[in-house]
Amino acid sequence: MRIGGWLAWRRARETDDLNEELGAHLDMAMAERIARGESPHDAKLNARRDFGNPGLAQELARDQWSVVGRWIEQASQDARFAARTFRRAPAFTAITIATIALGIGASASIFSVVNSVLLRPLPYPHAEQLVRLEDDYLATGARDVGMSTPEWRDLQRSGAFSAISPTWFDNNNLTGQAHPERVGLLIVAPNYFSLLGVQPQLGSVFDRNDPTPGFNGQVVISDGLWKRAFGSDSTVLGRVVQLDSDSYRIVGVMPPGFQAPERASGARGTEVWPAMGFAGNPITTWAQRSPLFPGAIARVRDGLSIADAQRRVDALVETLRHQYPADYPATIDWRVRLVPLRDYILGDVRQPLLFLFGAVGLVLLIACTSVANLLLIRATARSRELAVRQAMGSGPSRLMRQLLTESVLLSLVGGALGVAIAYAARGSILHWVPDSVAQLNAVTMDWRVVLVAFGLSLVAGVLFGLAPMAQVRRLDLTNVLKQEGRATTGSGDQQRTRRALVVAEFAVSLTLMVAAALLVRSFRELLNAPLGFDPHGVTVVRTRLPYPNDSTEDLYPNAGAEAPLLREIIRRGSALGGVREVAVGSGAAVPLDHPEQDQAVLRLVLDRRASANNGDNTPVWTTASEVTPEYFHLLRIPLVRGRLFTSFDTDSSPLVAVVNESMARQYWPHVDAIGQRVKTSPRATQWTTIIGIVGDTRSDSVTAPRHPQIYASLYQRQGKHLAIFVRGQVETGAIERNLREQVQAINAALPVFGARSLDETVTASLSPRRFAMMMIAAFAAVALGLASLGIYGVVSFMVTERGQEIGVRVALGAQRSDVLRLVMRQGVEVALIGAGVGLVGALAAARVMAGILYGVRAWDPWTFTAVTAGLVSVAIVACYLPARRALRVDPLLAMRG
Amino acid sequence: MVRRSPPTSRIELLQGTLDLIILQTLRWGPAHGFGIMKMIQSQSSNTLQVETGSLYPALQRLLRQRVIAAEWSVSASNRRIRIYRLTAKGRERLAAERSQWKRLTEVMAALMQRPASDEP
Repeated sequence: MRIGGWLAWRRARETDDLNEELGAHLDMAMAERIARGESPHDAKLNARRDFGNPGLAQELARDQWSVVGRWIEQASQDARFAARTFRRAPAFTAITIATIALGIGASASIFSVVNSVLLRPLPYPHAEQLVRLEDDYLATGARDVGMSTPEWRDLQRSGAFSAISPTWFDNNNLTGQAHPERVGLLIVAPNYFSLLGVQPQLGSVFDRNDPTPGFNGQVVISDGLWKRAFGSDSTVLGRVVQLDSDSYRIVGVMPPGFQAPERASGARGTEVWPAMGFAGNPITTWAQRSPLFPGAIARVRDGLSIADAQRRVDALVETLRHQYPADYPATIDWRVRLVPLRDYILGDVRQPLLFLFGAVGLVLLIACTSVANLLLIRATARSRELAVRQAMGSGPSRLMRQLLTESVLLSLVGGALGVAIAYAARGSILHWVPDSVAQLNAVTMDWRVVLVAFGLSLVAGVLFGLAPMAQVRRLDLTNVLKQEGRATTGSGDQQRTRRALVVAEFAVSLTLMVAAALLVRSFRELLNAPLGFDPHGVTVVRTRLPYPNDSTEDLYPNAGAEAPLLREIIRRGSALGGVREVAVGSGAAVPLDHPEQDQAVLRLVLDRRASANNGDNTPVWTTASEVTPEYFHLLRIPLVRGRLFTSFDTDSSPLVAVVNESMARQYWPHVDAIGQRVKTSPRATQWTTIIGIVGDTRSDSVTAPRHPQIYASLYQRQGKHLAIFVRGQVETGAIERNLREQVQAINAALPVFGARSLDETVTASLSPRRFAMMMIAAFAAVALGLASLGIYGVVSFMVTERGQEIGVRVALGAQRSDVLRLVMRQGVEVALIGAGVGLVGALAAARVMAGILYGVRAWDPWTFTAVTAGLVSVAIVACYLPARRALRVDPLLAMRG
Repeated sequence: MVRRSPPTSRIELLQGTLDLIILQTLRWGPAHGFGIMKMIQSQSSNTLQVETGSLYPALQRLLRQRVIAAEWSVSASNRRIRIYRLTAKGRERLAAERSQWKRLTEVMAALMQRPASDEP
């Protein structure tokens, strides 16, 4: 110990000095005696005798310590003493440290996630100015529907923003280097990078004032792609790559770690950024005021708050609505909402994460309570030692400091271990954190996490050190010392404190257990929820038709041109081994898994004749997908009424559509939906006739059973992002290879990728819930364990304490059952009070959780009853184990004791 | 604290007075430990005898309170000795304690002059 060494050195020097000073004193006394006429011998003896205590110098040196020095010395003495005591009580020490380590470790783990995800700002300069612009049609309930180029231009002129860039994610086939590969690309405006304030590591970004209406032919690539596909070649700048069938020139390479600030993980992993003006080829409809690209990011002008900017945008929106009443009818209530970019990326992660953080806080609370209880029990057992030390002259303050040193030492060791646990677990925590816990910042343990963990353990150490200290102050020396040899136990006061602690533990445990039970029940409900389709045995493989910038080069410009390809894919796919059924759909047709670029929200115009719906052309928003006729049977989606698509519904026959029951009910509540007509966009010229109604599916989210949905035939409305559905006994890897072979035999340029079983997709869509459920359940289990340990301790000490009394009772003829009841009553009482308090907490927690529950009411009486009963029975077992010992009390021994 | 001597010739020091006496002694100039001891002895005509076991702890205490300061010097017999002197803070303390002491002795004297009825 370096401090110890320094102290020893300082003391040795002080002692030397004092020795020298005192030696001089002695010399002078001697000289004086000699001068008075004593013989040198006598003078020496007398002077020595007068001088007195020869150890004076050492004593003085010790006394001489400054207050701090003495404090440090005593603290290290206390620490050494504490270490010795801990060595003598290894079980107590191990349990205590483990408890603290568990509490701190769990808290530090969750905090490291919270810290990275919620607390750290996005890694861009002035990230607080960055927002995502979302268009809503409030009256129809449609949110974030996307934006059009005219709206983008209007917003840029609003004065609220210094820059706005649309972002449009897509997948593309990248060729022009060794191996063709699928890359994620984010189509942005030329001002995108300067808006974010990021610099490339190589080359340059786009000229932010580039006026090119279409693609400007330049791309910026990610560091990952640069390393993987170009071997970190610095001459990559200026190289031409093929994206689908078009050529682009690489102008810049982003630095490592740069991710696109998008919500979807696919889009965050963007590797190529092409720039365009969103006002030219290949987009022909850009001048329309209907959603074109999925959204935009913007930087609020310097000096404006987001609220200021929102006000300006609101005013602009108001003007535009008056200016273009046909595009923005009052009935849809168009709005543009500014969402702080970080909130947008986090999505709905914040609430579950804070919820988890709260839960882990409760676990820490329980851990602290347990440790306080353990220390209290230990202090009781040591009251004799403490009394002896006090009788020998240790002041109460010194004893208290000793106890405090012990608890702080324990908590610091526990805290260090906890940080180590959190550090070791950081990988697996990440593994459990679902992908949707979006983070641009990697989850890491930084100084903040370590600081918080140690701060927590220090505070906890002082707090639970206080409990036994209160006891020392009340230590009654004579009483304790009088109980020679006998086991000493807590006074009534101590018992009360201990019981209060156990009550708290039970209360918190119950709260956590109810939360866990509600989540587990929600999850089970979700697993058993009727999906409306049958995912078992279905595998989805994706492909994408090229989308050349020059539409005259498009091999598949419309549904008619695409039809032969679809038929051939189905024919060849059906012939593969193990395959029983094949269907093709647009990306949006894949249940529970539609990446942003596949989302299709149609703005339908209902036919006037459908007078049930106010008789006007109110546009309605509904999710749409395009499928081949085989789709419904393959997914076992039942036909309710009417008919499904047939091979006679082609691009040359009248447009038809199938809707689900929810859609039929919602838009044609009083008339039969079959035979009704809709337009699939306000500018569509042809009417589409509803020919059939199918069952509802939970295709948007397992939690959303009723979701209006319209299906069109892929042979009438083309899709470029295609999903090939295969039912049969196939293995995902093999089917992807086989289908690739078949599809590329039709057109070698078509990529085939992303094979995934539908079962897996369903499971993955539930993974955030599974994460929350597992965590809370684990916390609840830990809490229950600690609380049981607490009640076990209380009862077993009571048995020891009242051993004599029990002996007397048995001698006087008490029955086993009487003794058992006597002992257990106290423990069970504590558990019941704890459960009572916990119920209040659980009700509050359930209210907070209401939003994330499914299929179970927040205040579900069954859950509350079952959990309370479970908790009480665990408490009874925890009481029974030590209570049994009371039965074995030998009356003779007990009374003699 | 102070050697218990025959009650007739020597007086037991009141607690805390030693500090005051040391400060008072140092008023005449810096001195080493032995010198302080001799001066107290001679000034009290040998009535007060201070033990080394009390003197040096008192000196250390006063050093810590920063009312005296110490520095090393060399004696006539060529030994390293520690010389103590009053600090400014020490002078203030001395002045305050002297007036307090004066009041105390006056009160004590007044009290002691009253006839003690309960004495045998």
